[in-house]
Amino acid sequence: MSEVSVTKDAAPVATALVALSGVNKHFGALHVLQDIDLTISRGEVVVVIGPSGSGKSTLCRTVNRLETIDSGSITIDGKPLPQEGRELARLRADVGMVFQSFNLFAHKTVLENVMLGQIKVRKTDKKAAEEKARTLLDRVGVGAQADKYPAQLSGGQQQRVAIARALAMDPKVMLFDEPTSALDPEMINEVLEVMQQLARDGMTMVVVTHEMGFARSAANRVVFMADGRIVEEAEPEQFFNNPRSDRAKDFLSKILHH
Amino acid sequence: MNVLLDHLPQFREGFLGTLSITAASAALALVLGIVIAGFRVSPIPPLRAFGTAWVTLLRNTPLTLLFLIAFFVIPQIFFPGTSPFVLAMMALGCYTSSFVCEAVRSGINTVPLGQAEAARSLGMTFFQTLRLIVLPQATRSVIPPMSSIFIALTKNSAIAGAFSNTELFNVSKLLSDKGFAIGWIFLWIALCYLVITFAISGLFRLLENRLEVAR
Repeated sequence: MSEVSVTKDAAPVATALVALSGVNKHFGALHVLQDIDLTISRGEVVVVIGPSGSGKSTLCRTVNRLETIDSGSITIDGKPLPQEGRELARLRADVGMVFQSFNLFAHKTVLENVMLGQIKVRKTDKKAAEEKARTLLDRVGVGAQADKYPAQLSGGQQQRVAIARALAMDPKVMLFDEPTSALDPEMINEVLEVMQQLARDGMTMVVVTHEMGFARSAANRVVFMADGRIVEEAEPEQFFNNPRSDRAKDFLSKILHH
Repeated sequence: MNVLLDHLPQFREGFLGTLSITAASAALALVLGIVIAGFRVSPIPPLRAFGTAWVTLLRNTPLTLLFLIAFFVIPQIFFPGTSPFVLAMMALGCYTSSFVCEAVRSGINTVPLGQAEAARSLGMTFFQTLRLIVLPQATRSVIPPMSSIFIALTKNSAIAGAFSNTELFNVSKLLSDKGFAIGWIFLWIALCYLVITFAISGLFRLLENRLEVAR
């Protein structure tokens, strides 16, 4: 199946935070995820790259069950993903998600966006929630915008608020689904810097992106997907300088030469 | 002309009757309609089925038939001695709730899916997502159709007059039975209805302007 054999036992089971095994998913006739096996260890930063339609966003969304899977299993911190309901909601609170289109709550201020999950899901009291929200907003550099509505912010600012909103839940792992793809070029860096900082702080991250620079500098491991399969997994240095699969060579030759 | 001045107390009573039956039914329809809309978009199949059945059944039944059921079946079998006001409110409220439900559901569909996905990925339950994130943003697009639904409800409330409720239609019937000129009676009754329906459309226009959500 995969053109490169990956030593599955490389990561000890005890530190595996997210584990997908034999995951399959169809969208109608399209077999969008084909026998995906992927293990993400605690503190690891995994960057998923690949051509459009390769299934990388879908992969990211299956981890907190925004997409259901047809077969296989996904476990987070040793617990299999439950069915839709309270238990799944509890588990989702531990998995931060950042979307391509930000998805900040349009009818709430920036501060309320970051407080809402803490108050309604974690049952934190209002004062503590506000304090934490302000700290996080300062950390991502949008503290001054706390009382504005999302639509009043630039894309880069909105995405940084979205990161703060996810961090406010103290997630065990953060999923980034093409976090910079909807941004103007000059705003991409401000978001990537926040993500770099998170990676340095030891957050476990799964990042679907087209930013090869970020993959090179922040990733512990690059996962290359094409046509619903994981074609290659390698350290970034090795993947970018010396890809083993032809599909990856082809992909890299198309994107690295302008 | 004199029919109004001579029977001012009756007209006033009729006006207040129409107003109260409309307000009570509107409140019931609003609550039921939102709950049923929640059922119809919920991930739980039995709730969805119940919601669909509710809307299909009530929206497609003639209102008069619902009144007949409310007045001649329900008191006989379930709650003997229920007042005509409550029975009329139930018939009108349930009937209108099916229309409210569909208006609310169309409003829910205008809220981008990403809003609900973001709420769910924060760990909110389905009902938290609906109540805190989706419904508040759906409200604005629901208001124009809702205003039409409540105006229709105002006029539908006339049927309650035929079922021993004192309201405008009932008053006009009593007075025309007594032989007063029907033209003048109708004019005054029509004006009373216009006061209520204009008030509703004005109120909803105000709400619409207030609830603007920037995107």
